[in-house]
Amino acid sequence: MMTKEVVIKTEKLTKRFGDFIATNEISFDVYSGEIFGFLGANGAGKTTAMSMLCGLLTPSSGNATVAGYDIYKQTEKIKKNIGYMSQKFSLYEDLTPRENIRFFGGIYGLSDKEIREKSGRLIEQLGLASEADKLVVSLPLGWKQKLAFSVAIIHEPKIVFLDEPTGGVDPVTRRQFWELIYDASDRGITIFVTTHYMDEAEYCNRISMMVDGVIKELDSPANLKEKYKAATMDEVFFELARGAVRKAD
Amino acid sequence: MRTLRFLLQKEFRQIFRNTTILRMIIAVPIIQLLILPLAADFEIKNINVAVVDQDNSSFSKKLIEKISASNYFHITSWSSSFEKTYPLFENDKADLILEIPAHFERDLVRENHQQLFMAVNAINGTKALVGSSYLTGIIRDFNGDLRMQYVQQTANAQIVPIEISSVNWYNPLMNYRFFMVPGILVVLVTMVGSYMCALNIVKEKEVGTIEQINVTPIKKHQFILGKLIPFWLIGNFVFSVGLWVIARFVYGIIPLGSIGLLYAFLAVYLVALLGIGLLVSTYSSTQQQAMSLAFFLMMIFMLMSGLFTPVDSMPEWAKWIARANPVTYFIEVVRMVILKGSGFKDISKHFLVMAGFAVFFNSWAVINYRKRSG
Amino acid sequence: MKQFLSFISKEFHHVFRDRKTLLLLFGMPVAQIVLFGFALTNEIKNSKIVICDYSKDAVTQKIIEKIEASNYFEIEKSLKSDKEIESAFKAGDIKLAIIFPSQFQQDIMRGTGTKIQIVADASDPNTATTLTNYASGIIRDYQSENGGMLPMTIGTNPRMIYNPELKGSTNFVPGVMALVLMLICVLMTSASIVREKENGTMEILLVSPMNPMLVIISKAIPYFILSLINLVVILLLSVFLLDMEIKGSLLLLFAESALLIITALCLGLLISNSTNSQQSAMIISLMGLLLPTMMFTGFMFPLENMPRPLQIISNLVPSKWYYIIVKNVMIKGLGFSYIWKETLVLVAMTMVLLLLSFKNFKIRLA
Repeated sequence: MMTKEVVIKTEKLTKRFGDFIATNEISFDVYSGEIFGFLGANGAGKTTAMSMLCGLLTPSSGNATVAGYDIYKQTEKIKKNIGYMSQKFSLYEDLTPRENIRFFGGIYGLSDKEIREKSGRLIEQLGLASEADKLVVSLPLGWKQKLAFSVAIIHEPKIVFLDEPTGGVDPVTRRQFWELIYDASDRGITIFVTTHYMDEAEYCNRISMMVDGVIKELDSPANLKEKYKAATMDEVFFELARGAVRKAD
Repeated sequence: MRTLRFLLQKEFRQIFRNTTILRMIIAVPIIQLLILPLAADFEIKNINVAVVDQDNSSFSKKLIEKISASNYFHITSWSSSFEKTYPLFENDKADLILEIPAHFERDLVRENHQQLFMAVNAINGTKALVGSSYLTGIIRDFNGDLRMQYVQQTANAQIVPIEISSVNWYNPLMNYRFFMVPGILVVLVTMVGSYMCALNIVKEKEVGTIEQINVTPIKKHQFILGKLIPFWLIGNFVFSVGLWVIARFVYGIIPLGSIGLLYAFLAVYLVALLGIGLLVSTYSSTQQQAMSLAFFLMMIFMLMSGLFTPVDSMPEWAKWIARANPVTYFIEVVRMVILKGSGFKDISKHFLVMAGFAVFFNSWAVINYRKRSG
Repeated sequence: MKQFLSFISKEFHHVFRDRKTLLLLFGMPVAQIVLFGFALTNEIKNSKIVICDYSKDAVTQKIIEKIEASNYFEIEKSLKSDKEIESAFKAGDIKLAIIFPSQFQQDIMRGTGTKIQIVADASDPNTATTLTNYASGIIRDYQSENGGMLPMTIGTNPRMIYNPELKGSTNFVPGVMALVLMLICVLMTSASIVREKENGTMEILLVSPMNPMLVIISKAIPYFILSLINLVVILLLSVFLLDMEIKGSLLLLFAESALLIITALCLGLLISNSTNSQQSAMIISLMGLLLPTMMFTGFMFPLENMPRPLQIISNLVPSKWYYIIVKNVMIKGLGFSYIWKETLVLVAMTMVLLLLSFKNFKIRLA
């Protein structure tokens, strides 16, 4: 780790829905520039935690700061400094890639000149030149995901949140997708990613494991494998998730 | 402001790219305005009268002549037996049966008073009412003619006539379309505005793009404005096409009152209407739900707006529903300004109420929107 | 058979899970019956009028009292001059103005004759005609009561058959029945089949060991049952809430309704075969169906006033025939011999629709 600047800090962050405690007093720090893997079975509370950090949900109790801003009072400031890409593909399918870039660039306050430059570069980088003016709906899923990621970091945010970004994508495209993530990480963007793929977990600097709303483990993949005497992350995950009470929805 | 510009640009791109929606905006209002007034013609004409003439006198013949000479009635059968005529009701061949009793002429001259019988097929109340009142009018005229002819001959100077003259203002040709077209125009603007607004927002929810919007620095009011402004403009567009193209060139309706006033009221009305669309969208999570909800509301709004049946005749509780219905006010205003040339002073109350609706529905929607995305 | 039943119960689950759709399903007919039955009437009453009385004598006073006593009119105010009529009309609610000339009573006494002027706001022509007739009727009545017996007076005595109180419900209940059965069946079947297509679950159903025709039938049965429930609700409301009488045979009514429901289900099937997205299915059903059904059934808009081409088109709308059948059976109390022609038309339509959608379906399976 180059610096130890903390960009996300949570203290006993809790969200209740009625009797159900989705996340139970979770506390962790994420450092600037790292790729932070946020793992857990379905229903473990990952998406809830992420929604709170993005300012989509108000926590029931506990504290957290994102990019140095308080998640209760400064959500608007947080939103300027983060990018977000959800498991559902979230670009406008009835717009072209160029129009999507222009729209999201515009609402993040990029100037017209910056938008032009960025969209030119992005389209070239993603090899979308021939598709740039076709509707997004006609693109293959892999390209859509790569485009969505590029759009999510179009404003060079401090942190980008990725919620199962590679769901349903073939291994080659996943590989390419992770190259994009490394690129962004090299530029100093902190990556906060949830995933189901344990091979992807290995790409992360550090990972946290959530089980039943609490964080069971938080360490580097290598350390975790050593601790559980496992050859792969798959085994670590299985070991931890076996004790889960909650059923996946 | 810059954010809003980008939002609007995006909305318009999406709207103009969707040919189904474009067709809905342009073709549907035009077709409906062309066809609906033709269909929604409650002008009562072509009333089928079956005559049972048991008198067969010169009076009865004259009366029947007078009836068939009017534009409203067709004499479909002429017989002397009620029993033979009555089945015509059952298979809808007659709307009205007029029975002239035996010795009608003789007894009228002798006793100075006679009764005619009229049976009206009242399944359709409007038609029954207007039909019987037209026929009564014709009989009354016939009665007057008789008196002029026969009574004056006998030089009976006893009668002091009170003459009744009636004038019809604002629509002297009694063209029913003048009444219906402005009302239908309102319904069209209402349907296009509310359906499209509700469906559009719910679509972002259903597809999931709204989540993406929520993590960007876009403020809620910017997002809402970005949705409302396009549909506000579309509402204006639909209204203008209806008013300037269809109403004027097809039906020859030229507003008597101020066009500016009409548009000023439309502006406020659309804000209220889009507020309702927004509200529907906050209560639905799928397009099917939004459609069901909007459809249910529109049905009630339309029926309770005085478009087809007079609000004055409703019972008190129903009048309250009509008064809580924005469509009622807009239909009234459009009819008043277009047909009667009413001015701002005449509709100032309507303005106030509509502004109230606009504030009420939009705040409710915004509060609910906040709560649900909290 | 067990499979078949489990399909049907799955379909019911879909329907009952979505409260907003249920609102449309059952709320709409109930709301319509209540509104049509109690709120909406064709009768014209309580119309606000103004009176401009230049004479202010005993006779005009009596006539005004008579007008006020009728429940057709509410006298909003008295005007000092007929110049104010225009502004009264423009300001809104007033539908009619009655002007009595000066020296009204004297002129009658002197026998020179006098003239009452009625000014109607004819922006609504029907109301104008009816109100003018009511007002002149009241004045004539006064004349014959007080001016002594006029020579050769012809009285008229209109009797309203089938619907003496001129309620809107006789006209609308059959209409609501036609509209609701038609819409629910078509909209719901087409939307639910297309939803399965959209979700890709249709393929799963079609590769299941069940006969594809049975799959389709099992989709239709819940809506058939729901429509019958709706029909019962409508009839119960009409009888107990609106005091309507079902004059004809109940069995015949249900048989004919079942026939319409089947026709509508076939139409829904056909629509679902020709589209792949819920949204277009809804738009086709709503725009292409709701409007024509409302227009051409004949209960809202008088068919005989329509131009010829529209009248011809109206023959293609199944609910038009059903509406005639219901009116004849329910309100007039007629038997099958009066409606066999209409029934035949519905049966023929069903056959054609079934054939079309069956053909279409086969192609899609191949």
